[in-house]
Amino acid sequence: MSEPILVVDRLSGRIAGQQVVEDVSFEVPASGVTALLGRNGVGKTSTIKSILGLIERTGEVRLAGTRVDRLPTHRIVQRGVGYVPEDREVFGALTVGENLRLAERDDRPRRELVDRLFPDLVERRAQRAGTLSGGQQQMVSLARALVNENRLLLVDEPTKGLAPRIVDEVAAALAEAARTVPILLVEQNLHVIRALAERVVVLSGGRVVFTGAASDLLDDEDRIQRYLGVHDAAEGQNASEGESR
Amino acid sequence: MSTLLLLVITGLGLGALYFLVASGLSLIYGLMGVLNFAHGSFLTISAFLGWEVGRRVSDGTWAGLALSALVGMLVGAVVAAATEYLLIRRLYERHIEQALVTVGLALASVALFEGIWGTDPIYTQKPEWLGETTEILGAKIPNDRFLLIACALLVLGGIVLFLQRTRYGLIIRAGVENRSMVTALGIDVRRSFTIVFAIGGAAAGLGGVLASVYYGYVSAHLGSVLLIFAFIVTVIGGLGSLTGAAIASVLVAVLQQFANYYLGGTGDLVVVIALAAVLLVRPRGLMGKAA
Repeated sequence: MSEPILVVDRLSGRIAGQQVVEDVSFEVPASGVTALLGRNGVGKTSTIKSILGLIERTGEVRLAGTRVDRLPTHRIVQRGVGYVPEDREVFGALTVGENLRLAERDDRPRRELVDRLFPDLVERRAQRAGTLSGGQQQMVSLARALVNENRLLLVDEPTKGLAPRIVDEVAAALAEAARTVPILLVEQNLHVIRALAERVVVLSGGRVVFTGAASDLLDDEDRIQRYLGVHDAAEGQNASEGESR
Repeated sequence: MSTLLLLVITGLGLGALYFLVASGLSLIYGLMGVLNFAHGSFLTISAFLGWEVGRRVSDGTWAGLALSALVGMLVGAVVAAATEYLLIRRLYERHIEQALVTVGLALASVALFEGIWGTDPIYTQKPEWLGETTEILGAKIPNDRFLLIACALLVLGGIVLFLQRTRYGLIIRAGVENRSMVTALGIDVRRSFTIVFAIGGAAAGLGGVLASVYYGYVSAHLGSVLLIFAFIVTVIGGLGSLTGAAIASVLVAVLQQFANYYLGGTGDLVVVIALAAVLLVRPRGLMGKAA
């Protein structure tokens, strides 16, 4: 088996002095989608931000065998990490085209791939990103990450608050991306997790409580209920304290 | 009619000076969250050094003034960039310390300027045409107002072009909106901090030389006086908004001129009341982003 692309070892994170991630350790394989799961507020987003150095952190983070936890965020990203944040965080005053140009890290941007995955954005290049719908903004956010050749994608709740049709489009784009780049995916939608994830890491109380094959968790109703707080009776149910869309 | 026109154009000239200072203040705050109280010092040192070089080469001529302006811009840019690189950068995200350092620098630099150039204003020479007036619709407009307005428009156009057409401009516009997301795209946003300081310093430097033309003197307190109004303009326009700074510069200066003329020299008071009103009614300013 090949070396993991990402190794997180005893990672802790703090926001304004408050511990939000505590001694988290897990690995992300060099291919496929690894889902980072857990109930609301367990520290999934904070774990992603800790990996990137966007919040104060301690512990080790290795990207392709090299420690990156002492590097500033921009240097980690320059090493080939694409980031799709929770809530999209597009630059609303910039056009779609400017959002994408800003994200290009070298002179070989994969514009054709982005245009093929998100044709809706092609005709909206000159439109301000702040005027787009939530789904279109999510596409801009994904496109910003996919426009570069990455070694790892960190994708945080890409289907949050989106209409079912857009959820399918986003999942399809991620599935295509996952063919060439490993993804660490934070996601609440069990339908999307079933479709994409091969492995899962489950957090509870800021700690890892389960790691393994996705099927080991998703085929076990008792585990789903215990770790995620939901019954998987209906496809598409959220993995977060039973809320549904 | 002629009085109204005179007040408006004089207000536009003064607004041009405010804008040259406020544009840098606004960009710096927008991108870095730094309230730069040392910005007036960039203006003053530029005015003094611009005047020193200009008078030695060709005092009271267009060539001397152009050289003064170039030197002022260069000095402003270099001093501002050095301030960011040597002092502000070490206090990244420590806003109270940043404010203390810039206030300290402002106070210390005024003392330094007084030590070098004395406490009294030094009266300056300017090209003859700038001391004359041009009659428009019966109003005799001092010609230096036209120079101030033209320079401010050039600076505004130059900054807009830079922000719209260059990659650093793109980074700065994005950074004003969401700095941490810019770093999460793999961009070292700190480089643009230095550039923004340099641009702001250059504009303030040009403002310093033009202020010596407008007021007819240079003094150690030139920057401090203009900085107060530039801060008012920046807050009214909306912190971080260049367009807001441009609009507010004109509004504040014209309002000030009218109040001085029609309300018995109460221009400064009226401007402060306008600031209070904006803070109460629209705290984010005319063009600032919502908190």
